[in-house]
Amino acid sequence: MTSRSQARLGRSILLHLFLTPLALVWLFPLWMMVVFSTMPDNGIFSPGIELLPHDGFIDNFNNLQRDTNFVGAIGISVSVAVTYTVLSVLLTSMAGWALARYEFHGKGAVVAIIFGTITLPYAVVLIPQFIMVARDFALANTWIALIVPPLFNSLGVLFMRQAFSMMPAELFDAARVEGVKEWRIFLFVALPLARPMLAALAIILFLASWNNYLWPLLINSQPGAMTAPVALGTLIGLTKVSWGGIMAGAVMLTVPMLIVFVLLQRHFIAGIAAGAVK
Amino acid sequence: MRTQNATAYRFLTPYLLIFAVFWIWPIISSFLISFQATRTVPWRFAPAFNWGRLIGDPAFYNALKNTLLILVIQVPVMIALAIVMAVLLNSPLLKARGLYRFAFFAPVVVGEVAYSAVFRLMFSLDFGIVNKLLNSIGLPKVDWFSNVTPAMALIMIAVTWRWAGYNAIIILAGLQSIPEDVYEAATLDRVSKVKQFFHITLPLLKPVIVFCAVLSIIGTMQLFTEPFLITERGGPGGGTETLGLLLYRQGFRSLNFGYASAVAYTMAGLAIAITLVQLWLMREPK
Repeated sequence: MTSRSQARLGRSILLHLFLTPLALVWLFPLWMMVVFSTMPDNGIFSPGIELLPHDGFIDNFNNLQRDTNFVGAIGISVSVAVTYTVLSVLLTSMAGWALARYEFHGKGAVVAIIFGTITLPYAVVLIPQFIMVARDFALANTWIALIVPPLFNSLGVLFMRQAFSMMPAELFDAARVEGVKEWRIFLFVALPLARPMLAALAIILFLASWNNYLWPLLINSQPGAMTAPVALGTLIGLTKVSWGGIMAGAVMLTVPMLIVFVLLQRHFIAGIAAGAVK
Repeated sequence: MRTQNATAYRFLTPYLLIFAVFWIWPIISSFLISFQATRTVPWRFAPAFNWGRLIGDPAFYNALKNTLLILVIQVPVMIALAIVMAVLLNSPLLKARGLYRFAFFAPVVVGEVAYSAVFRLMFSLDFGIVNKLLNSIGLPKVDWFSNVTPAMALIMIAVTWRWAGYNAIIILAGLQSIPEDVYEAATLDRVSKVKQFFHITLPLLKPVIVFCAVLSIIGTMQLFTEPFLITERGGPGGGTETLGLLLYRQGFRSLNFGYASAVAYTMAGLAIAITLVQLWLMREPK
């Protein structure tokens, strides 16, 4: 072995010696979430160190369902996230298409306003949104309240604008010459070409809706209207509550997303990275 | 491109409508509400009512201090950690890359409520796995929830765990857009790897790192769920209360919308100010 390749091997070993413990520390909370979700409460609150799963998940799930209607809440969360994702992808890609492909009066102003307000903290709009939806529209504890206000998503518009403006103009001009209508060009030429970007956007939007906590906590606080994270959050801090059950709920919120993440990692990473690399 | 007003606005209108109603109007409205006395109906215009109270409110200064403390410690530590993760994940020497990526990126999909619950359980005084492990290597237990310093540390640990991988994804994308031949030239000139990192990689990554820092600052400025759920409504005794929590208590527990709006605009002002300073500090040298 040459000294060069020996040095390479040495560096490689160092790299793994550093990164492996760090990776294990990073995985530890997720692993413990699974372990806790399978342990009875008297096991979680016992002096011993338990690092391996038991077989109590079903019992914990039943305890959780006794504490709050978690299955119902999951149903609301899934329906809201799916509806929100479809609507948001449609709205943001239509807007992105217009900004990327047409010249029109006020274009500069629209782009400036979207860019200019992108770094404002969400907290600024929270109170007026709440007053408007709860008092003026009287829509608290409805699906509309969960789905419509978060649709303003600016990053999605900029992301789709970027995607459409990178496509060669000839593609669309050829269709126009043949007299194809603009909305048909958008639906049947542009959208299919943007499929990878749409997938990335859809995954990010679905995840954002699925995990959204503050807005649903404020606007849908009645038991039958809560999303799953809100329902689970109400149990944290109560005294007579099953912690194994809370962990079973946490697993049900997290593990499906982890599976989606593993299966669609490429789109996931593209969606997150796209915010930065312009 | 020809000018196509009608077609363009047909595509834009649905989005612009939502954008105006649920984003632009609330931005203006919350500014106006912050100048109104909202504790009695009807609300009345009283310019100094909320802002005057804010300036003299110890609860505000406590929340501001805690938020800035978390910001100043947690954001730099997390960004540094994210750079390390990204650079090492990008190393050609790494085996089983997929497993490492999963370990660091997985927290990105975990919701705030789920991970707050796990952290609360892991760090509990007598039965938390973290204290048990500390004990087993001969270290004393830490009372994470009853003392301010460990409670703040816990919040920072939790946020860092959740967001470091997110930033690492963005930084890794930035790394992969640096052309390979820059490094080849440096290697031919016998520039060491460490020097390459500080003189090539970091300067080229600057815009991406600034972007991550800005996003993290805006996020941390509004920190709410972690002190709400992990340290139980900003406990112990307001020791981890943040501006986000103060806004929640004032706006949605006391229903004092005027004062809460003033707090919200303070957060926005701070986020904008810090972002501008950051952009100015990192500007391209002329």
